[in-house]
Amino acid sequence: MSKKQDKTQKAAIADLALDFSSGFKYEPAPESSSHVKLEKQYELFIDGKWVAPIDEKYFETTSPATEQVLSRIAEASAADVDKAVKAARNAYENVWSKISAKERGKYLFRIARIIQEKAREFAVIETMEGGKPIRESRDIDVPLAANHFFYYAGWADKLEYAFPGKKANSIGVAGQIIPWNFPLLMAAWKIAPALAAGNTVVLKPAETTSLTALKLAEVFQEAGLPAGVVNIVTGAGATGAAIVNHPDVNKIAFTGSTDVGKIIQKAIAGTNKKLTLELGGKAANIIFEDAAIDQAVEGIVNGIFFNQGHVCCAGSRLFVQEGVADKVIKKLKDRMKSLIVGDPMDKNTDIGAINSKEQLKKINDYLKIGVNEGAEIFQPACTLPKKGYFCAPTLFLHTSQSHRIVQEEIFGPVLAIQTFRTVEEVLEKANNTPYGLSAGVWTDKGSKIFNMTTKLKAGVVWANTYNKFDPASPFGGYKESGIGREGGLHGLLPYLSLS
Amino acid sequence: MAATKTTTKPSANGTASKAETTAKNERLAVLKTYKIYINGQFPRTESGRYYTIKLSNKEQVNVCLSSRKDFRNSVSAAREAQEKWAGKTAYNRSQILYRIAEMLETRRAQFTEELVNQGASAAAAKEEISIAVDRLIYYAGWCDKFNQVFSSVNPVSSSHFNFSSLEPTGVVAAIADQNSRLLGLVSIIAPVIASGNTIIALASTQFPLSAITFAEVLNTSDLPAGVVNILTGEVSELLVPFTTHMDVNAVYINTNNQQDKVTAETNAALNVKRVKVEASIDWTLPKNEDPYRILDYTEVKTTWHPIGI
Amino acid sequence: MNTTLKSYDPRFTPPVDQVSVEERCARFTTRSIKKSTKVNGLKLAMSMIDLTTLEGKDSEGKVRQLCYKAMHPHDAMPGIPQVAAVCVYPTMVKVAKKALKGSAINVAAVATAFPSGMAPLQVKLDDTHYAVEEGADEIDMVISRGKFLQGEYNFVFDEIAAVKEACGKAHLKVILETGELSTLDNVRKASDLAILAGADFIKTSTGKIQPAATMPVTLVMLEAIRDYYYATGKMIGMKPAGGIATSKLALHYLVMVNETLGAQWLNPDWFRFGASKLANDILMQLMKEQTGNYQSLNYFSND
Repeated sequence: MSKKQDKTQKAAIADLALDFSSGFKYEPAPESSSHVKLEKQYELFIDGKWVAPIDEKYFETTSPATEQVLSRIAEASAADVDKAVKAARNAYENVWSKISAKERGKYLFRIARIIQEKAREFAVIETMEGGKPIRESRDIDVPLAANHFFYYAGWADKLEYAFPGKKANSIGVAGQIIPWNFPLLMAAWKIAPALAAGNTVVLKPAETTSLTALKLAEVFQEAGLPAGVVNIVTGAGATGAAIVNHPDVNKIAFTGSTDVGKIIQKAIAGTNKKLTLELGGKAANIIFEDAAIDQAVEGIVNGIFFNQGHVCCAGSRLFVQEGVADKVIKKLKDRMKSLIVGDPMDKNTDIGAINSKEQLKKINDYLKIGVNEGAEIFQPACTLPKKGYFCAPTLFLHTSQSHRIVQEEIFGPVLAIQTFRTVEEVLEKANNTPYGLSAGVWTDKGSKIFNMTTKLKAGVVWANTYNKFDPASPFGGYKESGIGREGGLHGLLPYLSLS
Repeated sequence: MAATKTTTKPSANGTASKAETTAKNERLAVLKTYKIYINGQFPRTESGRYYTIKLSNKEQVNVCLSSRKDFRNSVSAAREAQEKWAGKTAYNRSQILYRIAEMLETRRAQFTEELVNQGASAAAAKEEISIAVDRLIYYAGWCDKFNQVFSSVNPVSSSHFNFSSLEPTGVVAAIADQNSRLLGLVSIIAPVIASGNTIIALASTQFPLSAITFAEVLNTSDLPAGVVNILTGEVSELLVPFTTHMDVNAVYINTNNQQDKVTAETNAALNVKRVKVEASIDWTLPKNEDPYRILDYTEVKTTWHPIGI
Repeated sequence: MNTTLKSYDPRFTPPVDQVSVEERCARFTTRSIKKSTKVNGLKLAMSMIDLTTLEGKDSEGKVRQLCYKAMHPHDAMPGIPQVAAVCVYPTMVKVAKKALKGSAINVAAVATAFPSGMAPLQVKLDDTHYAVEEGADEIDMVISRGKFLQGEYNFVFDEIAAVKEACGKAHLKVILETGELSTLDNVRKASDLAILAGADFIKTSTGKIQPAATMPVTLVMLEAIRDYYYATGKMIGMKPAGGIATSKLALHYLVMVNETLGAQWLNPDWFRFGASKLANDILMQLMKEQTGNYQSLNYFSND
């Protein structure tokens, strides 16, 4: 074959695309919400009781997929937070620190079991209010939340083995503020280790996703957890600030944006409050030419499109070695065509609704920025629902470290792709960020994996996999991605003082 | 500047009495210039400023009043050195820490004299040096063990091998205990570098001499340049640069001053530094050496890999 | 993949990660296939079946009965497609061919010393020639797994190429017998090798070795087909065989094809199920969709 012929044939082949539009169409398979019990209005959960907010202020919570109002949620003021902290303090001094560690653990086991029993209801509510696909809340969020309570339950009476040479002491009242991307799971991440370590809790869910935390309060009641051990105060930033600034809180645990994390770190300066921060990220997902390419493509998809990209550890910066870049990108584009975007309640949906109007606007702004920066945008043809907040999965090609879409956390289904040539080059670029939460490495060579995983400055490194979570596995970031770890043995430390 | 390395002989320390030697018309003692320690060299402060310390033997010493630029240069050196230092084997780091202890031990006489001249009793001086040597050996021994004790293999519920190990946080800026002549400084440097961090330490303002002499020990102990950098100067001047520098990953501040604590913790938020503020303590107590001081400057890294064929 | 090679170089085959493949397969099984999608899928699956009898006790009578079933899966229910092919031993090809006369159903013959393949090349070629001369439309050959595992890739390559030549106009399906290949890496290597050597279809199993077809093995083979298509524009067919006995599993496979290769492969020309029990299970499910009642095998002919 002449070179010219070869070239033409190559060009023709490059145009070959698989047909993912005219094949098997899956009929809608919506999960039923008929068994879900939601109140018209939710009060604050303080001292084991549902109490109205002192200011009698409420806000509406809506479904991001339908824009329908689901319920009204109480807005806790500083005075409500004060009540909650007092209840937590009282429960800590008089109840929780007095009962044996074994019994403490048994409450957590019981909570884990009840979550499992009500798993379907939790999954449906999580999806209705948060917008994530029912498949994810059903198969990932809710089982992991139950597993988290189960894991930490067993630690309650074994703390003496956790930190050799030291006595592990509880610290008191923990104030916890969680985000909207994994509402129930983050509540479990925060509450389970805090209680296992012997502390009591005041927790604030994100204002767009309060419901599963409030359903969790019902589980606590059902489990007979003593009043005041966990208090749930709903509201927005001001409610969170009231927790952070409350003088009788001994520990703050926050998951959310780096900006707010910094405000919190500043706010508690000089107070002796312990602090855990789990903040933003802009993770590098690195594909070497010797990787299992088809599985790597799955890893890329799972890395950035899981939970609409509302994941702090999302693999939002893709680095592909030049020798396989064309192939990987072609496969990735074809794979994206088979993703189903739409009604999160549909069991076949891969990408659900963006959590809020504000977040959708932020993502769309970044799409404009990317285009204006000259990056090449790719979105598969897909019809987005007319109502609700949706965003098609998006790639940006030909980006560089200097692009804003490469530097800033978008928190949406948007992937910025760069190519690289050598290990040194990609390591330098991967670490060239103020963040350090996670990273991914794809190669078939074991020694290269260990070289990369030891040199990547990130708290979680996924080698030949991505976005895996487990209660036994510590999670948390380097640098501006946070302080401290959640999960596993190491996740106990932030809730203990050692003596 | 091209700093010249100060040469030191056991007899030529800066504490010999000028008055005595001249009066007897004997040989004039050679006095030591106390300079700061950056990147394995002993420059004067770039600011050209000094402050004066009066010793108990009536001797007077001019000490560098380090500036924020000296700190900046130190951070550059520490950053440059960090990855290589962390990349050394734990066994190697352990031997280098042990070597520091050996070198300190061999210079007991000089340190004793300096400590006494800075106001310590002879007995206290001896004890402080002994403990400093032993503390270095204590942390030397931890270099290749703390990861075994504090790492974990995590039994996740999927076909993955998952483990968490500790890695150095990076570059650490430390303000040493201002009430300690030597031990407070040694007790903070050793655990920080044991895991592979590099450090910029501000010595006690009132007791800077043995800190600089300790730098000479470091400089003859196979410790790579930039791993430990020691400055002398004022806490009030350096607290802000120490805690605001964006390329510093963690800070240790020893202070009894609540306002300093607030300042340090507030500034740390600029880039989410890990920050530990501790009050002045009795460093001779055994309870003030433990591996958790190593853990304060480490990051837990969790690695996942599938288990398949 | 260099398609002009007259041999196979394993370095061109990418590695495969088993755990990720299994995870991907688990995702296919979470697709909810209901109502018209289900009915259409089941009918499509029926049309892709290679209705198979490969027993030592096969007789002309048995083969004729099977052929009737192939043409008339369940006459009581209109709109049920016929299967794609009947798969038999070479000695039964003529019987099957005669029984299926007038239908569009192909006759596939297993050849090349099926199922072990432990015979000299000439015997395999004779076996193939015989089946083709008897009228086989498709030849299902087995590869020499022992040689493959010994790393004698070119031996296996040459054997396939020779059988391909012996097939003439008959379509060649190459059985990898993945249950003996031990790893997905080997499955991928064998797939690439077979495709380059001239296979029209690649097929998982003989049905005589456990495990037979599995979703991970099939996915890896589909990925090999996809890469070859990307590289050359040429389509290769796929046939999982053995162990696919239920409608639900068949639908999972169709989802896998749908999301891996897309619509072009969703027809009997490019995708087949090698199965014997599957047909009746599909019929029961279709009847259940029609009547709303769960079914019993007593009501469906067992040939």
